[in-house]
Amino acid sequence: MFSKILIANRGEIACRVIRSARAMGIATVAVYSDADRNAEHVEMADEAVHIGPSPANQSYLIAEKIIAACKQTGAQAVHPGYGFLSERASFCAALEGEGIAFIGPKVKAIEAMGDKITSKKIAAEAGVSTVPGHMGLIDDEAHAARIAAEIGYPVMIKASAGGGGKGMRIAWNDAEAREGFTRSKSEAASSFGDDRIFIEKFIEEPRHIEIQLIGDSHGNIVYLGERECSIQRRNQKVVEEAPSPFLDAATRKAMGEQSVALAKAVDYQSAGTVEFIVDKNREFFFLEMNTRLQVEHPVTELITGVDLVEQMIRVAAGETLGFSQDDVTLTGWAVESRIYAEDPYRNFLPSIGRLTRYRPPQEGTADGITIRNDTGVTEGSEISMFYDPMVAKLCTYAPTRLEAIDAMADALDRFEIEGIGHNLPFLSALMQHPRWREGRLSTGFIAEAYPDGFGPVPPTDATVERFAIAALLLSHILGARNAQISGARFSQAERRSHEDRVVRIAGEEIIGHIDDAADGYLVRLPGREAMQVSTDWTPGARLAIFNINGESHAIKIEPADAGWRLRQLGVDVRVQVFSPRVAELARLMKEKAAPDTSGLLLCPMPGLIVSIAVSEGDEVQEGQTLAIVEAMKMENVLKAERKGIVARIPVKAGDSLAVDEIIMEFAK
Amino acid sequence: MRDVIEEVEHRRDQARLGGGQHRIDAQHAKGKLTARERLDVLLDEGSFEEYDMYKTHRCTDFGMEAQMFPGDGVITGWGTINGRPVYVFSQDFTVFGGSLSETHAEKICKVMDLAVQNGAPLIGLNDSGGARIQEGVASLGGYAEVFWRNVQASGVIPQISVIMGPCAGGAVYSPAMTDFIFMVKDTSYMFVTGPDVVKTVTNEIVTAEELGGASTHTKKSSVADGAYDNDVEALIEIRRMFDFLPLSSRETPPVIPTADAPDRIENALDTLIPDNPNKPYDMREVIARVGDEGDFFEIQANHARNILCGFIRLNGSTVGVVANQPMVLAGCLDIDSSKKAARFVRFCDAFNIPILTLVDVPGFLPGVSQEYNGIIKHGAKLLFAYAEATVPKVTVITRKAYGGAYDVMASKHIRADVNYAWPTAQIAVMGAKGATEILYRSELGDPDKIVKRTADYEDRFANPFVAAQRGFIDEVIMPHSTRRRVVRAFEMLKTKKVTQPLRKHNNIPL
Repeated sequence: MFSKILIANRGEIACRVIRSARAMGIATVAVYSDADRNAEHVEMADEAVHIGPSPANQSYLIAEKIIAACKQTGAQAVHPGYGFLSERASFCAALEGEGIAFIGPKVKAIEAMGDKITSKKIAAEAGVSTVPGHMGLIDDEAHAARIAAEIGYPVMIKASAGGGGKGMRIAWNDAEAREGFTRSKSEAASSFGDDRIFIEKFIEEPRHIEIQLIGDSHGNIVYLGERECSIQRRNQKVVEEAPSPFLDAATRKAMGEQSVALAKAVDYQSAGTVEFIVDKNREFFFLEMNTRLQVEHPVTELITGVDLVEQMIRVAAGETLGFSQDDVTLTGWAVESRIYAEDPYRNFLPSIGRLTRYRPPQEGTADGITIRNDTGVTEGSEISMFYDPMVAKLCTYAPTRLEAIDAMADALDRFEIEGIGHNLPFLSALMQHPRWREGRLSTGFIAEAYPDGFGPVPPTDATVERFAIAALLLSHILGARNAQISGARFSQAERRSHEDRVVRIAGEEIIGHIDDAADGYLVRLPGREAMQVSTDWTPGARLAIFNINGESHAIKIEPADAGWRLRQLGVDVRVQVFSPRVAELARLMKEKAAPDTSGLLLCPMPGLIVSIAVSEGDEVQEGQTLAIVEAMKMENVLKAERKGIVARIPVKAGDSLAVDEIIMEFAK
Repeated sequence: MRDVIEEVEHRRDQARLGGGQHRIDAQHAKGKLTARERLDVLLDEGSFEEYDMYKTHRCTDFGMEAQMFPGDGVITGWGTINGRPVYVFSQDFTVFGGSLSETHAEKICKVMDLAVQNGAPLIGLNDSGGARIQEGVASLGGYAEVFWRNVQASGVIPQISVIMGPCAGGAVYSPAMTDFIFMVKDTSYMFVTGPDVVKTVTNEIVTAEELGGASTHTKKSSVADGAYDNDVEALIEIRRMFDFLPLSSRETPPVIPTADAPDRIENALDTLIPDNPNKPYDMREVIARVGDEGDFFEIQANHARNILCGFIRLNGSTVGVVANQPMVLAGCLDIDSSKKAARFVRFCDAFNIPILTLVDVPGFLPGVSQEYNGIIKHGAKLLFAYAEATVPKVTVITRKAYGGAYDVMASKHIRADVNYAWPTAQIAVMGAKGATEILYRSELGDPDKIVKRTADYEDRFANPFVAAQRGFIDEVIMPHSTRRRVVRAFEMLKTKKVTQPLRKHNNIPL
């Protein structure tokens, strides 16, 4: 076994690998760029080596720097994580040349699976079900149309070197096939420098289901069940689960066995994933093989009990797999939510900045529910523009699918992130979506479920009532505490111990009565029996658990003018709690019209325009960077105060402006 | 017996109706509450004790003798906020447009005198068309009686004004001399001369809102300290602010028990300061992490945003915070920020509120307009205010403390009690680049030499230790332990006693 390994990666996956290595008694070496100087993986590792500037192509992507770091520290093996150098055959070969082990598959396997056309050929030869299509070169438009007709419409036209939807088109007839071919070819040429195109059957209602496998250097290969990753947004996976709610045992076995056959065909010796597309009739077709550890590997670990990173390290060190196919059992259900620094309310605009608050839910197992959070950040970390915007991977594991989903909903409610835009509200809303809960998925699910984008979730009667109860408690506890102010001559305590209060929430008024009770409070709402309620909230806390009639709810709390903002399950509302008299008076207040969204961006100080981040005609979102002005030798970032369209920019970078000069005008 | 009791009830009912139901309805139609309704929101339920309910004016000109409303356009008395006493007056726009008569002024003066005598704050809710023209000089005299009392009360009891309707002409000068002014957006305005007069005299065409609305006074003029969406929210926030203030200069600030541990560690502060000294960060985060429960009542949040002023609590006790804000203008001191902070420091000092100063200041803002407009005297206000303040003063330098601005921002030399610096502090005459360009002017042609000189200067001064060696910094503290350090410092300073030289009063550069 190795005594020291280097992790050629950053973020959560570097931390993840370090954790397993440490448990195995292996020393760890981290590498870091300028931006990651204070990163969590650097903190966690036994040693750390600086490998260059922040951009990945000057640091994490430079094989020589990684190898030099290995030599400098005496690391015997490299775990590449995912992304960066993980699927680069030349890196693997270079390590081999230096006598450093690559904790991953061999060069041959990486090369074979790295090209879409080659991998499909090998798969077909190995007896793996592939999408009907044409693998050879296509001469011209007419040839493309002929092939498409042979396969049968609809067809998908794809760039061989492509990925991420670039150079991809669907054709439903000859004309579209011709046009699609030409367009994809030119896109492929410009995007990937490789204009090879292939055509295949387009699968309707496709689901993305993948098989995890692990092989050793002694010819043993075992598959560890499947993961379903159908919930994707623009080809980016958002939520994954294991097992798939769609597969039956026979399909699972067939997919697993074909995957093993493919892996054997390329002498696969590590953890790998065979991705399939599965149609509505449970017909499955090979998509590609990922020759690395996948982001979503934790769900497999949870249902199999196998530590994939540990196994990768063991097989890379030449050990024989310690278990066989018969030993693999899938128990329970695991769900993973990827928490991204993307603001769902602003069309998933990537958000960068400082995590002013980062408090994940408590990890561990209790009452049959396991919470696991893989992350590479802590409170105060910076989400930079240089790398992937993933903040954390939150997993829940429970005996059944619905229990795992409900545990996820609760865990998301307990997850506190502030300082950046993030997709927690979206994930929370997703956990309540009937199609997800019923497992009726396809890769088009998000686009179909949120055709106009994601907006605030309207509160239901149940959430309104729950928030009203929470607000009553907040007001009551805060009032009782504040009544203990020193110097009070006319005690308010007596009045506070039982009181009628009016909660204003989501355009409604709810009258509640609250009494101090033995272990908590007794809340009465009109037409309802008295409810026993308790909470762990203390003034200032931004997350609290409310126990209402024995059911517990995690609700996020933020002070707002004369009230609070409460959030749970993706619902986000403002509440105010008044005495009946004040509520009566508050009714006389006029609703303020939404503020005028027109306006100007004025230079806030005499300074130099460093850069303008938008162009005339652009639609900007609230908080989006508009321009940078340098004054006092400091860069000041000017951000959009609200959504709008840039009508005119009378200045340019390099201009010197006086205070209150117009930088840009927004359309009325 | 029953008859006279009924008579009282009858008179009370009549007084409570103010200027009559149709005027009350008109007030409501504008989205405004009546004078009495406002007190219902401001004060603890049932706590209001009214005085002079039956007082009426004595004017007999212009047919005024036929128009009598008990109370004469202002409700006065006292009540409690969270159990603590406060004197109040609330102008009643439904009676003669809330205009100020001699008797109206007498009512206000009565509660002002009581407030000073009994050591309880005064809150005035202003909603008045101005002087009662029918009374002429008697009304003007009434104003001046109020003004004089505002000054007598200044520094003795906290005085808070809430502008909840018109406040024009001479009427503005009473609020102007109180400690804080809050406004209600869209329904209140303040100016010395209104849009009509402005148009006649200067030909400028401007609306009342543009001339003296909440936005103008909270952003541009700094006349107002804050503004709220409507009457109810404004009054609820005033209640919140009131809980930070002592009742008078004879008392210490109130204490509210908290579950927030005084030794709470905030590891995230260790990563707050960016590696690049030219990159801003949000000083509000330091305030939120240091104070109890993250609670910060900010004063003048929209004016001179390069400095932050407001109240927090530490271990339950009120503390005033003054902090440079690197997010705006690099946190420099200029005319507006100096004036804003100086006034805040003086308020805190007057009412025994200890001052926490968080420093990241690159210097004073250079520029022709700053010099022409008197940055010298305005900057001196802040220096003066800090130097004269005798309340406990604790200072934490988080990053830059350059030049004269270092001296001003509650440095040891002007008698801050405890001066801490984070390891990221740079205490120097100026930034390294600027300094080397002056010191090594002859080498400016040789970039390599200058880079070396700059690095040398940085090594020497871009740290807190030069100042610490001289005792100007008491201790270099870990950012994560700032709350614990600062809480302990203020606890230790609770028994601070300073004897001041005898004088009539000092002469701050106004």
